[in-house]
Amino acid sequence: MRIHVGVKSFADLLERLVYTRSRNAKIKLIADYLRGSPDPDRGWALAALTGDLDFRSVKAGLIKTLTEQRVDPVLFKMSRAYVGDMAETVSLLWEPPPGEQAQVEDVRLAEVVDRLMHLGRAEAPAAMAHYLDVLNPSERFALIKLATGALRIGVSARLAKTALAQAFDLDVDAVEEVWHGLAPPYPELFDWGEGRTAQPTHEDIPVFRPFMLAHPLEDLQVDLADYVAEWKWDGIRVQLNHVKGDTKLFSRTGDDVTGSFPDVAEAFTEHGVIDGELLVRGEAQGGVEGGAASFNALQQRLGRKTVTKKMLAEAPAFVRAYDILFDGAEDLRDLPWTARRERLEAFVARLPSDRFDISAVVAADHFEHLSTIRERARDAAIEGLMLKRRDSRYVAGRKTGLWYKWKRDPLLADCVMMYAQRGSGRRSSFFSDYTFGCWTEEGELVPVGKAYSGITDEELRQLDKFVRGNTIARFGPVREVEKSFVLEIAFDSIHHSTRHKSGIAMRFPRIHRLRTDKPAEEADKVATLEAMIV
Amino acid sequence: MATLGDWIKPHPTGIYVEPGDFWIDPSEAQPMAVVTHGHADHARSGHGHVLATPETLAIMETRYGTYPAATPAEMGEVQRIGEVDVSLVPAGHVLGSAQIVMDYRGERIVASGDYKRRPDPTCAPFQPVPCDVFITEATFGLPVFRHPDTEEEVRKALDALHANPERCVLVGAYALGKAQRVIRHLRDLGHDDPIYIHGAQERLCTLYQDLGVNLGPLVLATGKKKDELKGRIIVCPPGALNDRWSRRLPDPITAMASGWMRIRQRARQRNVELPLIISDHADWDELTETILEIAPKEVWVTHGREDALLHWCMTRQIRARALSLVGREDEDD
Ligand SMILES: [Zn+2]
Ligand SMILES: [Zn+2]
Repeated sequence: MRIHVGVKSFADLLERLVYTRSRNAKIKLIADYLRGSPDPDRGWALAALTGDLDFRSVKAGLIKTLTEQRVDPVLFKMSRAYVGDMAETVSLLWEPPPGEQAQVEDVRLAEVVDRLMHLGRAEAPAAMAHYLDVLNPSERFALIKLATGALRIGVSARLAKTALAQAFDLDVDAVEEVWHGLAPPYPELFDWGEGRTAQPTHEDIPVFRPFMLAHPLEDLQVDLADYVAEWKWDGIRVQLNHVKGDTKLFSRTGDDVTGSFPDVAEAFTEHGVIDGELLVRGEAQGGVEGGAASFNALQQRLGRKTVTKKMLAEAPAFVRAYDILFDGAEDLRDLPWTARRERLEAFVARLPSDRFDISAVVAADHFEHLSTIRERARDAAIEGLMLKRRDSRYVAGRKTGLWYKWKRDPLLADCVMMYAQRGSGRRSSFFSDYTFGCWTEEGELVPVGKAYSGITDEELRQLDKFVRGNTIARFGPVREVEKSFVLEIAFDSIHHSTRHKSGIAMRFPRIHRLRTDKPAEEADKVATLEAMIV
Repeated sequence: MATLGDWIKPHPTGIYVEPGDFWIDPSEAQPMAVVTHGHADHARSGHGHVLATPETLAIMETRYGTYPAATPAEMGEVQRIGEVDVSLVPAGHVLGSAQIVMDYRGERIVASGDYKRRPDPTCAPFQPVPCDVFITEATFGLPVFRHPDTEEEVRKALDALHANPERCVLVGAYALGKAQRVIRHLRDLGHDDPIYIHGAQERLCTLYQDLGVNLGPLVLATGKKKDELKGRIIVCPPGALNDRWSRRLPDPITAMASGWMRIRQRARQRNVELPLIISDHADWDELTETILEIAPKEVWVTHGREDALLHWCMTRQIRARALSLVGREDEDD
C-alpha cells in the first residue's frame, strides 16, 4: 500500500472528497487514507476533517492580506467574485516569486501542523507565505482549508468518525464515545484501532457519552407489557457527569453547557453519569405538579457564557432524570431499563431534591388508555410521551424498536402578523418577536398570541425584511406592520383567557410556516380557534 | 490623422471591415464572411460567401450539411478583399483555426479568433504576428485560470481507468477539437485500445482522420454491451455526461475535459468526478505573454472575461478596449 505522509496526499484526499458524491465512497476514501498513513500525520488529517483543528495565529484575514500583497488587488477581487471560495481563489491565484519552484519533496503534514501551532502572530505571515510559495495549487487549497479551520467540503465530523471506525473495524458508537476525551492527533485511537491497546477509557475525566435517542412512534402501537411510558418534557436533554470533583453538563450534541447552568452543575456531586431533561422551575408544564416552566423560559438562559444572580434567582434550573449510565465507575448501560431505573431512583435520592427529580412513569392499563392520557396532556401542556422497552439497554443513537417518542400533534392556525419587536441575544439585531391575530366576525383583526421561535435564520431574515419595509407605526420598541403577512402558527392547546382581547390564549405558539402564498383575508377567524378549546 | 484601426467597425454581431466590405465571424448571415474556425459561435451557416482555411470549410460542410460558397485560403496566402490584404495564420485552437491578418494603408490588424499557445497534436501551432492592433479573445481572462500540463491531465484519465478495471471512464469533450485532441494525447501516451465514442462525435472524428489526424481505432459506444465497455475510455459531448444515454454504461467515472474544470464549483455543477483541465483557449499567462510578445500599439478584447485583461493592460500602460460582441457564449472549453 502507498504510504501517505505529506500535504500532497492530504490535498489529494480533499480533491477526491470534493468530487465524490456518494457517502459510502467518501467513507472509503477517508478510511483508505487513515489506514495508509503513519502517525501522527493521519491524526492531524482526521482532526481537520472533524473540525477539531484550530490555529490561533492563522485566520482567513491573514490569507487575504498576504494575497493582496502578492497579486494585483483588482485582479484578486475579480477572481474572488468569479470563483466564490476564498481558499480556492487564493490557491489558484497565488504567485510564487520568480525562480521559486514548486517543491518536489513532499512536506509532512505533521511538520506543517506543528509549525502552525507554535506560530506567533508576528511570524505567521512569513510562514504561511513560505508554504504557499512551495506548494502547488491543490496543496495550497488543502493548506488554507486546514489552517483556517473550516474545510466545507461536505464531510461531517460524524462521517469522518464513521470512516475511522470502518478503517479499523471498530464500532462507530464506541469511537464516538471515546472521542470526547481525546485530543488530536489521537494516538490512543490509532493504537486501539490497530490492536496495540484496548479501547481507551475515561475513568478520571467527565467525558461525553453518546445519548440514546428515540424514533417517532407514528402509527405504531406497542404492548405496554413490553414498554413503559414516561412524560416527555419540553426542555433540553442533558447529560450530567461527575468524577473526582469535576462536573460537566453536555447537550445532546456533546456541547459543554456547564457554564450556562452553574446552579445545576454545583448540585451534582455524586460520582456517575445521568441523562435527563433540563428545565426551569415554573408551572407551565403539567401545572403545580409538573413544576416546570415553558421552554421559552429556559431559552433565556441558553447560550449565555455567564449567568447573572438575578437570572439564577428568577429562573432556577433543575434536572428531571430519565436514565442512568454510570453509577460511580460502574457502567450500567448494558443493564435492562428496569434495572437501570431502580439504580436511578437510588442515585437521585442522594442528590438535592430542589435540583433533581425523576420523570414519573405514566401508569396505563393498555395502549388505548395511554392514548387518552396523551390527549389530556395537551391541557397540561406536556409535550407528549416517551415509550421505552423495558428490557432495552442504553445504546447510543436511534435504534429501532427500543425507544419511541409520542408527541401530541400540534394544532395549527393561520394568523396575520400585527406587531413586531426586536429579539434578544443572537437575534437582537432582527425583528424576531411577532404578535399575530385572527379575524372577528366583524372583520376586525385581534391579537391571539405572540411567537418568537420555530423559524430558520433564512426565514427570520425574510420576516425582518418584511417588518422593516412595512412598518406603519412605532410604539417604543414595537412596530406595527401592514396586516398582510400570514404566519401558520403551531400550538399545543388553546384556552379561554380574560387577559386577552380575543378571549383566548395559545400554549406554546410557534411559527410553523410562512404562508407567503396566502392573502391576509383568508387567515383564520377567532371563532375557529375557539372551537379548538377542549 | 485618423484614429488607429478606424477602418474596422466592431458591431455586437461581429467585426465589420469597411474597406473590404466583409465581416469576421459574424453571428448573423452576411454577404461576405471571413471565418476563423469551425466552432458554432464563430462559423454560422447561411453566409453569401466565406473565406476560411480548407479545414474550416470542411468542418462547416460536415456540421451544416452543405459546403458553403467559399474561397479556401491556405495559411500564409495573401488574398485581396476590396482594398484589404487578408491572410490567415495558424491560431493553434482547433484543426484549421486561423488568425486573420489584415493590412490596409500601412496599418496591420490581427484578429486572433480563439487561440492557445501550448502544443496540440491535432493542429498547427499559433504563430505570433507583429501588428498595430491585436484583437484578442479573453475566454479565460482571469489569473485563476492557469491550465496545467496537458499530458498530466490526460494521464489522470488513464490512471483512473487502470485503477478501476470494472468501470469505464466517460470523458465529456467538445465535439470539435477537444474530443480529437484528447484522443490523440491518449494515443501519444501509449493507449492503443479502441476508444469508444458517442454518435455525435463520429462525423467530426472521421473528418479529422480524413484530414490526416490519426486517432487510432474508434468504435461507436451506442448499443454496446456493458461488459464490452468495462475498462474502456468513452468520449461523449459534455451534454451527454449525465443524460439517459450514459446510464447504460458500466458504472462510469465521469470526467470532463475543459478549462472550466479548474474551478471546483464548475466541475461539481456538472457532477464531474474526474475533472481534466484541458482547454483549447489561451490561459491567463498565454493571453498576457502573447500580448507582451506581439507588443501591439493597441489591444482589443472580443469575448470572455475582458474586465480583468483590460485592467492588466492598463497596469502595463497598454492601450486596450473591449468590443463586447454578443452571441459568443463560453464554449464548453
Ligand atoms: Zn472556438
Ligand atoms: Zn469562441
